[in-house]
Amino acid sequence: MNFEIPNFLPAVPEMFVLGMACLILVIDAFLPDSRRDVTYGLVQATLVGAAGLTLWLMGPETILTFSDTFVKDPMADILKLAVYVTSFLVFLYSRPYLMERGIHKGEFYILGLFAVLGMMIMISGHNLLTLYLGLELLSLSSYALVAFWRDNSRATEAAMKYFVLGALASGLLLYGMSMIYGMTGSLDIAVIAAELVAADESLNIPLVFGLVFLVVAVAFKLGAVPFHMWVPDVYDGAPTAVTLFIATAPKIAAFAFLMRLLVEGMGPMHADWQGMLIILAVLSLAVGNVIAIAQTSIKRMLAYSTIAHIGFLFMGILAGTDSGYASAMFYVIVYAITAAGGFGMIVFLSRKGFEADQIDDFKGLAKRNPWFAFIMLLLLFSMAGVPPTVGFYAKLAVIQAAVGADLVWLAIVAVIFSIIGAFYYLRVVKMMFFDDPQEGAEEPVQPSGALATALSINGLAVLLLGIFPGLLLSLTHYAIIG
Amino acid sequence: MFADWPILSLLIWLPILGGFLVLAAGRDAPHVARRLGLAVAVATFVASLPLWFTFERGTADMQFQELASWIPAFNVNYHLGVDGISMPLILLTTLITVVVIVAAWESVKDRIAYYMAAMLVMEGLMIGMFAAMDAVLFYVFFEAMLIPMFLVIGIWGGPRRVYATLKFFLYTFLGSVFMLVALIWMYIQSGSFLIQDFHALQIGLTAQILIFLAFFMAFAVKIPMFPVHTWLPDAHVEAPTGGSVILAAIMLKIGGYGFLRFSLPITPDASAVLDTMMIVLSLIAIVYIGVVALIQSDMKKLIAYSSIAHMGFVTLGFFLAFYIYSNTGDWEGASLGIAGGMVQMISHGFISAAMFLAVGVLYDRLHSRQIADYGGVVNTMPWFAAFFVLFAMANTGLPGTSGFVGEFMVILAAFKADFWIAFLAATTLILAAGYTLWLVKRVIFGAVANENVAGLSDMNRREFFLMGVLAFFTLLLGVWPAPLLDVMNATIDHLVAHIAQSKL
Repeated sequence: MNFEIPNFLPAVPEMFVLGMACLILVIDAFLPDSRRDVTYGLVQATLVGAAGLTLWLMGPETILTFSDTFVKDPMADILKLAVYVTSFLVFLYSRPYLMERGIHKGEFYILGLFAVLGMMIMISGHNLLTLYLGLELLSLSSYALVAFWRDNSRATEAAMKYFVLGALASGLLLYGMSMIYGMTGSLDIAVIAAELVAADESLNIPLVFGLVFLVVAVAFKLGAVPFHMWVPDVYDGAPTAVTLFIATAPKIAAFAFLMRLLVEGMGPMHADWQGMLIILAVLSLAVGNVIAIAQTSIKRMLAYSTIAHIGFLFMGILAGTDSGYASAMFYVIVYAITAAGGFGMIVFLSRKGFEADQIDDFKGLAKRNPWFAFIMLLLLFSMAGVPPTVGFYAKLAVIQAAVGADLVWLAIVAVIFSIIGAFYYLRVVKMMFFDDPQEGAEEPVQPSGALATALSINGLAVLLLGIFPGLLLSLTHYAIIG
Repeated sequence: MFADWPILSLLIWLPILGGFLVLAAGRDAPHVARRLGLAVAVATFVASLPLWFTFERGTADMQFQELASWIPAFNVNYHLGVDGISMPLILLTTLITVVVIVAAWESVKDRIAYYMAAMLVMEGLMIGMFAAMDAVLFYVFFEAMLIPMFLVIGIWGGPRRVYATLKFFLYTFLGSVFMLVALIWMYIQSGSFLIQDFHALQIGLTAQILIFLAFFMAFAVKIPMFPVHTWLPDAHVEAPTGGSVILAAIMLKIGGYGFLRFSLPITPDASAVLDTMMIVLSLIAIVYIGVVALIQSDMKKLIAYSSIAHMGFVTLGFFLAFYIYSNTGDWEGASLGIAGGMVQMISHGFISAAMFLAVGVLYDRLHSRQIADYGGVVNTMPWFAAFFVLFAMANTGLPGTSGFVGEFMVILAAFKADFWIAFLAATTLILAAGYTLWLVKRVIFGAVANENVAGLSDMNRREFFLMGVLAFFTLLLGVWPAPLLDVMNATIDHLVAHIAQSKL
């Protein structure tokens, strides 16, 4: 029996993050409460270090290691970098929020770091079990993060919901995976794909059966309609800093998960899952955009908006072409940046005892602080897909993928719902610019610290990427097409 | 000497960056904001003059071209260029922006720096849209200009401004997204987003009709045509004076420009099939909306409806082409109709701007737009009355004013098509005379209606200057339209030759 020492090099960023997470866990245990900033600094440094390692290892070739359970390819590199950047922003935005509420604890950052590790494994998983492990590491950390503000009953309730439904989805996923394993005899993504090509027609029904479970599980995790019920409740109930986290970077990882599982693994069954994703996409676009109109809480509104964005994400993937995958990847990165800014703005406006989570809380922001009203305007127009913000190019790319796949009708459905979507984004703009501030909240918003700077950069990035979208688009094309 | 300059980029980015500069420098200093805003607008206008003077008249080629790679992944380029259709519209934009900036000098009091910045940014975006040769670039500018306009109406507008501005935004957004799908579809077919490649693309009739309808949604809303015109009176009434002027003088022209740049050359066969629909809708706009204008009690609303009726002439002129060809077998009358529509667009740019400014002058003094609140203004504001009557006459299409030239050309073309079309189109001369002169009678003439009117003071130098500039161009174009026609001729002939060839 030969034992080969695996090539550790491609997984160095993961090992680094894991090592640092354990180390920070120990360090944090010995820190007094007044010095939590050390934990924060170390976590951010870990992200920067991981980014450096990923950049250093970046290359055009696809490398498999650990008995082909782990893959490093351009897509993995770029998605990981996107995860680092969004997580870095999220931790930066969260810090003042946590400090003001007296919950500035090391667990937040450490759980976050473990979640980042889970995402990295999801992005690089090349085996059903690796993918599952990555997903569970992310999910368990997220449940704990939602429940992390123990004294807050709404957050605890949200965590319960999240956990129960998340566990259900994990069960479905495992069930689907076991079916696929049974039919193909392998857990390896590449072997599954090869087996599917060669598969006997009599296996079709059990394979589709397994596929349905996989798709449902992924739809659960992403929050696509009709598996979306937990999204608004969890987004609304969780502390805003946590909402900020679970609404951004994990979506990037979920995209990678979808790519590995459906496209690379179940790619030969594209015709089967395309139909399923079309239904999910249309329903998500419809329900997300229409129900968002009725919301009074901005966190719930953004939750429904996320659901609608997932519909757009599916549109790119279901096209089944390389340019479609690239467009979906572009979409998810753009979404993460924009959503980080959007939730970051809620954090920015909130104060101790005032969550700023109602849409009305944005009334008259242009009078209280014109600069941040402008930043929020950019973020909202980006979510609505209005040029010259980057959200427009994301929509352009996925619509182009759909039209290229002869799904013009789907493109038309999508644009119709994006008009409906435009309304609720515009309503927030209207409140910020055309209305007067609410009584008792007329005082100007004083920008302070790193949060204000980062938020400004975040908002301007949405504009600048919109004026120069070429680079990011080329990157995603390079990641998928080479 | 200007041929090598990136003059179009200059015209786009100077006002946009200038607008942000105004915002940065003038936030707490209204005087700085005003002067800087004016300086940027004038500089842009001056920079646009070489377009007119060095433009090569005898060719339909795109001139002053600039090309740079922008989004290589989709083969989208930053590709600018102008021809005889877009160049006059760019000049109109730079001129009207100066007028709007000057008009806001005293009448906008709240957050003047933001107002100036919005107007300047909008100017750059509109010029970019007229100069774009790449469909995505066009679309980006086309949509992006909604944002500043949305804010202008919403922040500085009247009491129902929120309703009006949301309606404005959603209507235009609704129209344009379908165009986006059509553009992407053509990109998939041709592999390029260059508008001229779309012109050359062979498309089957069914696809052409669908594409035509997508463009129709975008441009008919913008211009606006019956029955998707209802946002315009609302937006006009609620918008501040400057917003109304930009809307009427330039934004409406974008619809007409879109028909010429996209609908006709890309889908000539669909245009030929659907020309009856377009002609009927245009005639409804001319006759029905003309009647609607008669009964308005709000001055701005009246002028807004009059704009829709006049824009009906533009679309009529454009789409008569196919009708004329199928009747007479020659394309000569077609050029006449299209050229007439173009002249009408430019002329309406001056006249509608002047009419809205005139209402603004009255509104600044009495804060009312109701016709019933005025009467006998001539007694207290003789200079104003003189200008008002001049522009009213131009609005009715009196010979010697620019309003006459375009309408005359279109009616002439209509006679080649069908007597009854010409007859119905010509009713506008009566209807426009009816609603405009009745407006003049009730507002300007007669005895002084009330104390407020008695206390009016005549126009100041600034207002006089604005009216004077617009009057000059209205009369110049009325008595000597040849230079404008010279600029457009080659392009329009080329366009007609292009649409004469079936793509089937």
